[in-house]
Amino acid sequence: MKQVYIKEQVCIGCHLCEVYCRLKHARSQDLVKAYKKESPRPLPRVRVDESGIVSLSVRCQHCVDAPCIRACLTGALSRDPSTSLVTVDEERCIGCGTCSLVCPLGVPKLDATKKKMVKCDLCQDEEIPVCVANCPNEALLYAEG
Amino acid sequence: MLATRIIKYLIIGHSAGGIGAAEAIREVDRVGTVTIVSDEPYPAYSRPLISEYLAHPYPVERMLYRKPDFYENNDIQTLLGEKVVKVNPTEHTVKLESGPTLAWQKLLLATGGTPIIPRMEGSQLKGVFTFNKLDDAKAIDGFLNQHRRNVRAVVIGGGLIGVSVTEALVKRGVEVAIVEMKDWILNTILDEEASALEAKALVQAGVNIITGHTSGKINSYLAGEVSGVTLDDGRALPCEMVVIAIGVRPRLEVIAESGIKINRGIVVDRRMMASSPDVYACGDVAEAYDFVYGENRLTPIWPNAYEEGRVAGLNMAGEPAEYQGGTAMNALKYFGVNIASAGLVSPPDDSYETLINSYDGVYRKVIIKNDKLAGLVFTGDIEKSGIVYNLMKDGINVSSFKKTLVADDFGLASLPEATWRARLAKPTAESVVITSVEKPEEAVIGD
Repeated sequence: MKQVYIKEQVCIGCHLCEVYCRLKHARSQDLVKAYKKESPRPLPRVRVDESGIVSLSVRCQHCVDAPCIRACLTGALSRDPSTSLVTVDEERCIGCGTCSLVCPLGVPKLDATKKKMVKCDLCQDEEIPVCVANCPNEALLYAEG
Repeated sequence: MLATRIIKYLIIGHSAGGIGAAEAIREVDRVGTVTIVSDEPYPAYSRPLISEYLAHPYPVERMLYRKPDFYENNDIQTLLGEKVVKVNPTEHTVKLESGPTLAWQKLLLATGGTPIIPRMEGSQLKGVFTFNKLDDAKAIDGFLNQHRRNVRAVVIGGGLIGVSVTEALVKRGVEVAIVEMKDWILNTILDEEASALEAKALVQAGVNIITGHTSGKINSYLAGEVSGVTLDDGRALPCEMVVIAIGVRPRLEVIAESGIKINRGIVVDRRMMASSPDVYACGDVAEAYDFVYGENRLTPIWPNAYEEGRVAGLNMAGEPAEYQGGTAMNALKYFGVNIASAGLVSPPDDSYETLINSYDGVYRKVIIKNDKLAGLVFTGDIEKSGIVYNLMKDGINVSSFKKTLVADDFGLASLPEATWRARLAKPTAESVVITSVEKPEEAVIGD
């Protein structure tokens, strides 16, 4: 399956992946409104972890052997047989955070308003995920594994 | 006498462990008969959701652990509402309470746990409940529907089950007192500080928490009905219902006199194999490997049951697999407080190092021994707890970056390069050249 790979040697930690991900999950299609006006504030599904000169744009990798699916208390997490993506069924998710606790990258995030876990779905309605499309340094690559 | 048809894989128990095994078996063997026996009449459901069921109520359909077509798609037979009364490992049979004897080639014991009921006066009264399975939630629901006004409950035991039933009862308008024998609630999975954050939320919701005491007896003025609880100091707590939630013990009745080796739970090896040939065990009934303690012990939690069941299932189907080990591990959200904890939550002696970052409701703590993580407690924002948990699980030496583990800006980049690199997916595409991070050149200042 296709997924997002990071070329951290050219990532300068600009956080635009986070910015565009937040916009993607905003009700308004407006950056300023998404940042300053929308309540609840839309959540990005990608996170930039930084230390010194290292910055890593981290998101769900849809692991082949996904610990989150196995640990999920309710069966809300499963692999979509058609896309191979690890998906959250919001109907069944209780937002307990067990998936986040077992994730080696700690990526599932709690949407505190909806009390559901959210994570990257590789922008299924886009040809290229918005984080990749908007990375100014081409530090993100959307490719077959 | 053997039954005419031999079941290739017989699974006793229909929760996380049983389903984990059935799914693993089907990855390897698409045709061998898989039969799950359970004394509960339902398709596999998520036990942690029984508190949601009691609180809302919540339709059983939403509690299902797997989609309704799971059994058909995977060709899994079920014998529901059937109780196994005897396991005979020598003859490779089990006997059902309803009469028939089933013959099997491989057997999985995933019978789970059963609530511990202390010997206490009044524990048999109507209005005394446990909270372990869907029928328990249904029984409490029925009781509350009959007593529409001003129900008061005493929950005996302030562990996970006690707090979970308390949350549901509070949502139903019940006035709840929790009686916890030790000094703080959730003491097996939280340290005193994190427990205090949780307790604060409970008290704000109107819950009366009594720690350091036990219940002496359950009182009854009207024949057969609960009227209150008397504590060990003589104090009386009037109430209409009691929930006993002091813990669970492995459900071992079916293997009594079977010769299968038992310690506190069923003794298994890293393949989840019990002492008798072709017999496996997993979940709350088994003593599986704990990587923090470095020994086999009971860790009755849902995700471990699934992992153990999966390993058992693979081995049952002939695919060798070893259980990596699990440990006590919980992510909670009771009363709106998000807490994640794993491994040890309080250092047992001075040979452990504890690092804490605590301010304004944020609380992060890690416990380290011999440069390796032995436990963690994260509250509030638990998002990156997974990075720490996996460092502990993988036994990574954290000495060079341990201070960052509880820092506000902790993240994947805080780990040594080899460690974060191992955690990130690598493309095989030739177009991508991965190079190491080079140190920036020193800026030349002056001439």
